[in-house]
Amino acid sequence: MTGACINTLASLRDRIERIEASNEALGDAHAPNRIALGHAEADAALCGGLARAAVHEVFAEGHQSAAATGFIAGLAGRMTARRPLVWVRQDFSEIESGALSASGLAELGLDPRALVTVRAADFDAALRTTADALACDALGAVVLEVWGQPRQLDLVASRKLTLAAQASDVTALLLRLAAPPLPSTAETRWIVRAAHSPPAAPWHAWGAPVFDAELVRNRHGPVGRWIMEWKCDECLFFEPAAYPQPVSATPAHRSHQAAAFGHQRRTG
Amino acid sequence: MIHALDDVAARSGLAIGLPLANARAICPELIVFDADPVADAKTLNDIADWCDRFTPLVALDPPHGLYLDITGCAHLFGGERALLQTVCSALSRRGFAVSAGIAGTSICARTLTCHASGKIIGDGEEAAAVGPLPVAALGAGEAITIGLRRAGLKTIGDVAVRARHEIAARFGAGFTLLLEQALGQGDAPISPRKPLPDYIVEKRFPEPVATDNVISMNLSSLAGMLVTAMDQQGKGARRLEASFFRTDGAVRTISVDTGRPVTKREVIDRLFRERLEALNDPLDPGFGFDLIRLSASRTEIVVQQQRDLDANVHDNDELAALIDRIAARIGGRRVVVHLPQDTHIPERAVWAAPAQHHLAAAAQAAWPARTLSEPPLRPLRLFERPEPIKVPFATVPDGPPHQFTWRRVTHAVVRVEGPERIAMEWWRQNGEALTRDYFRIEDAEGLRFWIYRDGLYEGELKNDEAGEPVLPKWFVHGLFA
Repeated sequence: MTGACINTLASLRDRIERIEASNEALGDAHAPNRIALGHAEADAALCGGLARAAVHEVFAEGHQSAAATGFIAGLAGRMTARRPLVWVRQDFSEIESGALSASGLAELGLDPRALVTVRAADFDAALRTTADALACDALGAVVLEVWGQPRQLDLVASRKLTLAAQASDVTALLLRLAAPPLPSTAETRWIVRAAHSPPAAPWHAWGAPVFDAELVRNRHGPVGRWIMEWKCDECLFFEPAAYPQPVSATPAHRSHQAAAFGHQRRTG
Repeated sequence: MIHALDDVAARSGLAIGLPLANARAICPELIVFDADPVADAKTLNDIADWCDRFTPLVALDPPHGLYLDITGCAHLFGGERALLQTVCSALSRRGFAVSAGIAGTSICARTLTCHASGKIIGDGEEAAAVGPLPVAALGAGEAITIGLRRAGLKTIGDVAVRARHEIAARFGAGFTLLLEQALGQGDAPISPRKPLPDYIVEKRFPEPVATDNVISMNLSSLAGMLVTAMDQQGKGARRLEASFFRTDGAVRTISVDTGRPVTKREVIDRLFRERLEALNDPLDPGFGFDLIRLSASRTEIVVQQQRDLDANVHDNDELAALIDRIAARIGGRRVVVHLPQDTHIPERAVWAAPAQHHLAAAAQAAWPARTLSEPPLRPLRLFERPEPIKVPFATVPDGPPHQFTWRRVTHAVVRVEGPERIAMEWWRQNGEALTRDYFRIEDAEGLRFWIYRDGLYEGELKNDEAGEPVLPKWFVHGLFA
């Protein structure tokens, strides 16, 4: 190869690198593709908000299913923005932790008119339906509710969902009940537990739903653990005004993930 | 009792309705099989399915007759005679004894087939054709046939020459009508098994097709033909049926429902592809299909909508198409939208309606507005059947429990709000269901439950035989976020 050729090649490589770098910078600063949750610290960790057109996973133990459902309903409410929401679930999940109630959703301040529920008989049908729904760009978000750790939900399936979400600009939210967090291609991964809700008014025993949300994976930023309150009126997550119970310090580095996996109890 | 017999048995003097012992006495070497009317009816139905290839109007005439209305169909099969021969030879090849005839009215044709097969009677020749036949051929019932024979009227011609009012006075108006129809003086409408589809397109194959590729290609070209036909009248299909006629006579029909009228070939293609892939018992071509038919059994006029600038209409179309596809795969009742109902009973407050038919209604539904700055009053997850919980010790009457056991885990109650009393609808339930006191409860872990006590103290909970009060039952009905 002559020197001229090598020079041309090097300059071409240089140009490609520059194009890629500028694309990445654009992607990071692409604000409309991220939607703020409302919780200041969480939004900071997420570089401005939850990314659209990506897969986000929410894990919870079996008995925490309602809290995780509330959290993911909140995320879906933020992501859909008046567009239809498709909620796919298996029959088994309904037996274990009850069906998603549209009136409960309305009480959280979300619009049950935009909700289409798919009651799949088994996981294969649910996964297929989710992939189909993700290909439809008229939707705001698709929630796949899975109970346990189905064999079919592996890295390949997760990658397929990610690609489908990227192609159509629809957000995929995976609600994983009674499952241990495993590697996947998700943009973010949360572990959600219920937290005590302080009384909103003297005549109420407890107020808005409060979640103990732990971000254990974040592809583009640090992880953390926050107490988040869902404000039904504003449809936003907030920091509770004064939380009476101590919360563990927010770890600064990702090595925290290992600890999170360690103490996650296997259920289901 | 003899239900049916073959020609040899009939020649040796046996008749339908004869007791078996008598029949054995007449003909000792008789071979007997048990009658199975259900299987007979099924076979007749299968033959009727097969006959669908000749005309969409096929009617059953139990126990073993079929009417085919071949008006306007015969020329497709090379004329009436050729059609008759095709039907007869195909059925005899499969081992059935066939007797068939073509006539201007259904009753006339049936009368003819009782005695000879293969007759074709033109218009106006009915009376002459059925005249020499015995009255039993009319199929009017035992009593009438015997009555006619006793009156000396042996053939249909004998009866036809009598004055109608005499016959009507003796045997009833129903028989006169039957007689007139047999003579070709009035048509008896047949009641086809299936309603006539609005549009039918079909493709016949001289060489049976068996591979999936060819089948789907043909289905797709049929869809194109169907769409063109519907398009000329501005119609779209709401229900599509594809029938696959196998060479050995089996017919498989697959139907697809859609939420809004379909006018595109690609959409029909895709719906059938989804449906065929998701079949529990896949389409079995056997030795191949020799006829594939696609019909639109329900159609609607398509209203051409102007696209909004905000593309809202487009989004709705996309969503409806997605719902159709999912419904074709996993069933229409599994894709639901939610409609509020006018009731206080929590489990009935929301109706999960099939999304294909109620998508528009759900988008317009008026949900009760939630009060601002109130915490959620209804749980996010609701159990279809409330789950019983154990409340260990007696609490204050009408009060909440201090702890309870659900699914073998004991929860200590930290915060309580309630009761919210929900009375059952007495006008519906004959007073059997009890009033419920609902409590919203938070336990030590922060989990939030919606539990209720079934029945009021002092009122609905009765004392048992020993005079002790019956303890109320407690249930968890839902989980709050």
